[in-house]
Amino acid sequence: MTRDELRHKSRCARETRTAAGLRISVCLGSPCVATGAEAVLRALRESYGDRAIEVIGTGCMGPCSRGPLIRIEDRRGNRAAYYEKTTPATAMATVRAHLEGLNPDQGRLPADLPFLIRQQRVVLANSGICDPESLASSLENGGYAALLHAIEKMAPEEVCHEISASGLRGRGGAGYPTGTKWELVRAAKSRRRYVVANGDEGDPGAFMDRTLMESDPHRLLEGMAIAAYAVGATQGFIYVRGEYPLAARRLRQAINEATRAGLLGPHILESGFSFTIRLRIGAGAFVCGEETALMASIMGRRGQPVIRPPYPAQRGLWNQSTLINNVETFGCIAPIISKGADWFKSIGVPGSSGTKVFSISGDVATVGVMEVPLGTPLRELVAMSGGISNGNFKAAQTGGASGGCIPASHLDTPMDYESLTSLGSIMGSGGLIIMNDRRCMADMARFFMRFCQDESCGKCVPCRAGTEQAAQLLRRITSGDATEDDLVKLEELCHLMGDASLCGLGMAAPTPVLGTLRWFRDEYQAHLRAGGCPTGVCDREKHPCHV
Amino acid sequence: MPRLSLTINGRAVKARQGETILGAARERGIFIPTLCNLDGLKPLGGCRICLVEVRGHPRPVPACATKVEEGMVVTTDSERVVSMRRMVVELLLAERNHQCPVCVMNNNCELQAVARLLGIDHVRYDFIAPRAVLDISHERFGIDHNRCILCRRCVRVCDEIEGAHTWDVNGRGAASRIISDLAEPWGLSGTCTDCGKCVQACPTGALFAKGTETTGKGTICLEKLVAWRQRREP
Repeated sequence: MTRDELRHKSRCARETRTAAGLRISVCLGSPCVATGAEAVLRALRESYGDRAIEVIGTGCMGPCSRGPLIRIEDRRGNRAAYYEKTTPATAMATVRAHLEGLNPDQGRLPADLPFLIRQQRVVLANSGICDPESLASSLENGGYAALLHAIEKMAPEEVCHEISASGLRGRGGAGYPTGTKWELVRAAKSRRRYVVANGDEGDPGAFMDRTLMESDPHRLLEGMAIAAYAVGATQGFIYVRGEYPLAARRLRQAINEATRAGLLGPHILESGFSFTIRLRIGAGAFVCGEETALMASIMGRRGQPVIRPPYPAQRGLWNQSTLINNVETFGCIAPIISKGADWFKSIGVPGSSGTKVFSISGDVATVGVMEVPLGTPLRELVAMSGGISNGNFKAAQTGGASGGCIPASHLDTPMDYESLTSLGSIMGSGGLIIMNDRRCMADMARFFMRFCQDESCGKCVPCRAGTEQAAQLLRRITSGDATEDDLVKLEELCHLMGDASLCGLGMAAPTPVLGTLRWFRDEYQAHLRAGGCPTGVCDREKHPCHV
Repeated sequence: MPRLSLTINGRAVKARQGETILGAARERGIFIPTLCNLDGLKPLGGCRICLVEVRGHPRPVPACATKVEEGMVVTTDSERVVSMRRMVVELLLAERNHQCPVCVMNNNCELQAVARLLGIDHVRYDFIAPRAVLDISHERFGIDHNRCILCRRCVRVCDEIEGAHTWDVNGRGAASRIISDLAEPWGLSGTCTDCGKCVQACPTGALFAKGTETTGKGTICLEKLVAWRQRREP
């Protein structure tokens, strides 16, 4: 594809969009697919596909627990109405009514639903709008315009500089400044360079990266291509966890389509810049989200971390300098290049610029994916998701198994890197599990410790044996057999794991325990005394049918 | 060769560029206990026994795998790292079956030596000690997984020195097991050269020579072997 062809395609698309008629979009994110969205799409296509009605499958629209979702709007994208929990029959009835000029109420989401209207979508701008299985649809929505802009108008160091200036920080969890990382890779002495997208989203309750990969795979490819152009890489890898077959399929299709169109491969857009991307599928190890383990896995070795330094920027894949960023970080690149660093910096709060995608789940009315400016208070996120179901707010677990919890007294905490760190939690990848007052915090800590015990690679002793002993102690606490001494031992172990482990998994494994101990120590104490579990959760666990 | 100056336990120390903290300390007679480290093998940094504190680092670093830097201030025996070492050894003793009196390596065991050094007379954690298998299918050697501390010295010596890569690790977390080839009995291994280096490298009684009253360990000097290898490959 030449530069003019790319410009022409996006212009043409804008023109066709002004034609009259209805457009029906069916959400094809995995939660909607799991509840039967494909049947809805098939039924609508069979009946209306040949008329002046456009029926398309799109990526995730956001409120996942309400799927399968469809959106009906006119061709210009106006007057959008969302319908939840559709079946082929109800979807057909709704569309029929729309054709008759009616606006049926059954299953319609309120037009002012906070979940939909209070979001600010930057990374997910095209998610739920474009067809993830079509390059043309991505081009219509401005795909690859930033890549063209970078190649045509910017020198590689200018791209690095722009990213640094935007204040973008890694979205994978640690929040390392992305621009700094790029400059390090750019400056490293290396024969070749690699760009790797970390799509091994393993945290319980995290599904932001999956949403982006499934909904707008070209956005990820574009971000990686810009990164490769900036740091001087020629080969990229996307590491997708094996549990995301739909994301892997769509990415593979997107890579093939982009390569055929000349947006990846040799001499991209008539420039001297060449870049290819290969897909690597994980085999179900949480630890492979750690960058050194991820690289080992890409190289076909056992997925276990190695000691840093040397950092991947110095010696990564096959001992060459390697840039590893999270999928969502790459998703931020194209908008920054298109709209400028200042625009990006104007969103969010100082120190944490831009937006963040959160996947909110647990005891909330609507489970799903939402993108908001960094620094948005937790209270606002809970309100957006429709409030707490079955009780009152008790705590929110941020950052999955590596994060801590935020109690009700800190509900107004702004969700940015520093505020969460000061509360003993982390931003993490953006998984947000909301718990109501019927949840036992000790039991939750036990769950996460069990998770880390299962996922420890076994290389270093504090993590391998420490998680095993800590899980044992937590099991004893939740079953009411523990003493004060056990609680002391547990805390001691947690500090050992946090300080002495080899990689991030072990260092972060005790965070859920330390977080719950910090805010809900009385609940642990209650388990020690004869009183048992204050919420009654753990007493059920003692039942022989629970193992 | 440039010499770097650093401070270890308050003593001014000169070290070569590229040397590890462990090497620099040993040269000066400062003892840092180790388990998974073996001279001549690539450092693993897995056992965390050799953790030392370096000023400016929020967490202790493994001395075996951390290179010296100019002006580094290292503490090898602070209360914090000593208590960490003790906990790590306790965790190891509780993880598998380490019954010294009936072990072939009693009084020759590095785990035992480290425990003794740290003054560990009891273990506060639950003994997990799963019933792991004993593989004596090899003609001359045996492997008792109950004694294994997963230090991977056998894996590394077989790969890096012998070049056979018979051993590797299977499974993960506490379920990790050292395996020969693709988890076949050792005696059926097609890659094992019967060299016995793994047995020599093993710090505990996990790998042993059959039919000897003593352990049979320490009869090959691995350090000399490594020096010989390195002479051949510049």
